[in-house]
Amino acid sequence: MSLYQLQKFLYDINRDSRAQEQHRADLPGLLDRYELTGEERGALAAGDIGLIYVLGANGQLLMHYAAFLGMSWPAYIQAMREGVARHGPVRAGVYAMTTQMDDKVAGV
Amino acid sequence: MSLVFAGICSHAPGITGRAGMADPALREPLYAAYQRLRAQLLAAHPEALVVVAAEHFANFFMNNMPSFAIGMADRYSGPIEDPAWLGIPRTSIPGNAALSQQLIREVMQTVDVAFAEEWKCDHGIMVPLSFLTPDYDLPIVPVNINCQGPPLTPLHRAWAFGEALRRAADRVPQRLALIGTGGISHWPATPDSGKINEAWDRELLDRWARNDKAALLSYSDPDTYREAGQGGFEIRTFISVAAAARGRGHLQHYAPIPIFAVGCTIATMDVGA
Repeated sequence: MSLYQLQKFLYDINRDSRAQEQHRADLPGLLDRYELTGEERGALAAGDIGLIYVLGANGQLLMHYAAFLGMSWPAYIQAMREGVARHGPVRAGVYAMTTQMDDKVAGV
Repeated sequence: MSLVFAGICSHAPGITGRAGMADPALREPLYAAYQRLRAQLLAAHPEALVVVAAEHFANFFMNNMPSFAIGMADRYSGPIEDPAWLGIPRTSIPGNAALSQQLIREVMQTVDVAFAEEWKCDHGIMVPLSFLTPDYDLPIVPVNINCQGPPLTPLHRAWAFGEALRRAADRVPQRLALIGTGGISHWPATPDSGKINEAWDRELLDRWARNDKAALLSYSDPDTYREAGQGGFEIRTFISVAAAARGRGHLQHYAPIPIFAVGCTIATMDVGA
């Protein structure tokens, strides 16, 4: 488990414009800078918000990464639900899903 | 001089970023409450505004995470978030490095605090400022408490930090206002976003308004996580304000607004002797 490294990637992207530029131009090269498992690297390479969520990324990091990827708020919320549906419960951290799949407490 | 004003308010990014998705019947009374808070803040004629917010990884990460941090610069920037996403344009906010340093030196007498000569403001500070000082013309002292990356500082240390802030405020010549920002129960940035435990919130706010130290410090993080979500860890900011103000609180607005992901809260607290 290298959740720390996964989250470090998100932290860097969220606040470093050079990392953002490299994300757009050379994502594999950017990912090489982090010690990620194959699953983590695959999730980041695909922009798979649902899997990144299930892996345990802190929501305050992931929320902004989803916005960076251009996801709307409803799409981001739904992607997390679908991640849990596909991959099971959140595996680490304090951002577990406690509502049911069909609960949309804020209407999205 | 001393502390001349104290209050608390919500800082959820949806309050500005998802304004268009909210029912105006819920949104407008909240915005009006922010405006009343602004009027009361300005009526106290503060020379600087100390904003105690929750760390959201705008400045610190788990490689080096302070429990408490205070900005010490003449200028800050924000928001760190995408301005369109947050609904707040990127701007520059005045600070007062000399004032910060005086405050930090006194706080350090009892609480170890990190200082930061660079500080990027995120929604925790920008959302409140966008209502309270929309022209960004009042110098701020940004303060963060780690409420995100466990291990988190115990609640009694958040109280001690508030006491230290008050002691420091009383020793500088400027008139200072203090605002604590955060959510009460909330599950932000999860599929649960919008879940709000109103009963838990109202109990917390009652304890806060009574300035009941023992009751405020009796929450445990496991209980808070279960009843109020990980967002509930941000009660540390409200607790520090109660410790600093030493007075009774006055709840001015509370309304759960699910699309804003929080029970939206505005309150002031008398500044006690």
